[in-house]
Amino acid sequence: MNTHYGIYGGQYVAETLMPALAELEQAYLEAKQDPEFHKEYQTLLKNYVGRESPLYFAKRLSQALGGASIYLKREDLNHTGAHKINNTIGQALLAKRMGKTRLIAETGAGMHGVATATVAALLGMECEVFMGTLDVQRQSVNVERMKTLGAKVNPVNEGSATLKDAMNEALRDWTARFSDTFYLIGTVAGPYPYPMLVRDFQSVIGEEARRQCLDQTGRLPDQVIACVGGGSNAMGIFAGFFDDPEVQLVGVEAGGKGLDSGEHAASICGGKVGILHGCKTYLLQNADGQIIDTYSVSAGLDYPGVGPEHSFMADHGKAHYVTVNDDEAISAFDLLARYEGIIPALESAHALAFAIRIAKDYPATTTLLVNLSGRGDKDMDTVRKFKQL
Amino acid sequence: MDKLKKIFSQCRQENRAALIIFCSCGYPDMESSERAIETAIKAGADIIELGVPFSDPMADGSVIRKASEIAISKGTNLPKILDMAERLAIRFPETGFILFSYMNILYHYGLTKLCGKLKKIGLDGILAVDLPLEEKAELAQPCKENGLHLVALVSPATPLERARKIMADASGFVYSVNVCGVTGVRDLHPEEISQHLAVLKENSAVPIAAGFGINDGQAAQRLSRIADGVIVGSAFIKILSGAGDFSQRLEAARELITDLAKNVRRQP
Ligand SMILES: Cc1ncc(COP(=O)(O)O)c(C=O)c1O
Repeated sequence: MNTHYGIYGGQYVAETLMPALAELEQAYLEAKQDPEFHKEYQTLLKNYVGRESPLYFAKRLSQALGGASIYLKREDLNHTGAHKINNTIGQALLAKRMGKTRLIAETGAGMHGVATATVAALLGMECEVFMGTLDVQRQSVNVERMKTLGAKVNPVNEGSATLKDAMNEALRDWTARFSDTFYLIGTVAGPYPYPMLVRDFQSVIGEEARRQCLDQTGRLPDQVIACVGGGSNAMGIFAGFFDDPEVQLVGVEAGGKGLDSGEHAASICGGKVGILHGCKTYLLQNADGQIIDTYSVSAGLDYPGVGPEHSFMADHGKAHYVTVNDDEAISAFDLLARYEGIIPALESAHALAFAIRIAKDYPATTTLLVNLSGRGDKDMDTVRKFKQL
Repeated sequence: MDKLKKIFSQCRQENRAALIIFCSCGYPDMESSERAIETAIKAGADIIELGVPFSDPMADGSVIRKASEIAISKGTNLPKILDMAERLAIRFPETGFILFSYMNILYHYGLTKLCGKLKKIGLDGILAVDLPLEEKAELAQPCKENGLHLVALVSPATPLERARKIMADASGFVYSVNVCGVTGVRDLHPEEISQHLAVLKENSAVPIAAGFGINDGQAAQRLSRIADGVIVGSAFIKILSGAGDFSQRLEAARELITDLAKNVRRQP
């Protein structure tokens, strides 16, 4: 198998992990050929997650903006409130198949941690989640959810005490315990085969959305817009349109306080190529090659890297990448709540904000398909505090 | 003959393992780490691994992580370390020097530029922790062009078939990790490690050096019976971060290295 996307991707890990990655690749390629595995996955997606998720025409919002028609892929309606569960179910089934008994995961906002703790409970597996101490404080509700689900939350008080440090710690744990432990990565980053298998498990979003869009509008969308933290919800919805060159794919990175401020999390738009967490990709780093602290109002986008396939797509114009700043995302959050009665996750609000920014430039016959990757319950506190500033 | 080859063959003649010391450069600051390396060499280290700190040291245990964090906070970077390395290589022409880091730091500097620079200042090689066989080409090429060794790693998890491939492709020496896990002082299982080392040695044309978890003369003594080299890092850094002022810590470090140097000699 090709482990790279052009110059990106690869397996930049300590030798000790190479056999573990080989075992994972082998198991995944076998599972992929096994109809039983697919059946089990599909059944859980349907009966447990509640798929398929609706495609919803945001009519009042679109009319108020006076331009393009905005459609929302409602991943917020999934069990646990985000797209993350599509991936955790897939990987946990794989873990079980491999005879692993313990799941570990990194989490930033806590959504992936919750989705992992959920499937661990569902499949009767042990679960430990690594989370930066800063995020433990910022996302206390999700910490409680994970504990309620029976997971152990390990606070990581190193470096910037956020997602990247949690991922370092999860990799260290895995290095010492891969014989019984499966490392369930939450996005399309990390060493091969993770970018591939996370994309595959998330591609259900794009497959459904393409079909639903054809059903509802009689044609393909003009643009598919998704937020990019590590890039899993974006890659999942993009994957449905890889064979449709006329559909423009847009990844929205977190602009934080603005690219010029230096306080952002826009790895592609504001970073340089480097190597972190097992893959070569665009990274936010300083003049010495040290990874720098990122900033976004949205904890789920607050990651200094990005999935390697996105880096490849960016270089080759297969998708284009833009930024949305905090304030624009917060406005989009409010607008969707007021016009449609949907409170989006702040991550998803970034994607929506870009659609809102450009909608007026197009006629109503233009379709903008936005991946609404999660719901915003977790963000109420953050939004309140942001507005107080 | 290249320097690493010379060091290992001399050690063989003296019936001992080479003593390889890892130092977190810039810890507790640049000047002190230069003194620490000097101390290690004078007390008997044959090869120095010059650790370039990285913000995200995913293969390191808490001791080296902490040292890296402090080094970075003091403004340590690769150019400053290369300046130090140049001075050391001039002062200690018999000692082997390996630049030791994570790929991002090396890549950011520029792999070709880096290798040219290392050759110029007289270093012997590079070890990138997160660069397995499958990814090594882009660094192996400029290393080769500049006569530098790219040191490879094997671990107890590496299947023999794979270890053979790694060793067939190896240059300088092979770093055999004693345990599956991160760096750091811990209890080792000398029997298992010795068996593993013996198998590796049978299959390797280059010397095998054992590292991870070695913290005293006794552990060094056991592994030296089989390994061509013994690598000590965390135990050294731990002493440098111990009690007392820095001169006292250096004295303790000198004692540790002296003891290790004594214990890498194989008993008849
Ligand atoms: C709702 C939601 N959307 C998006 C993301 C960002 O991740 P990714 O870019 O992998 O989709 C997160 C991460 O926590 C999330 O919770």
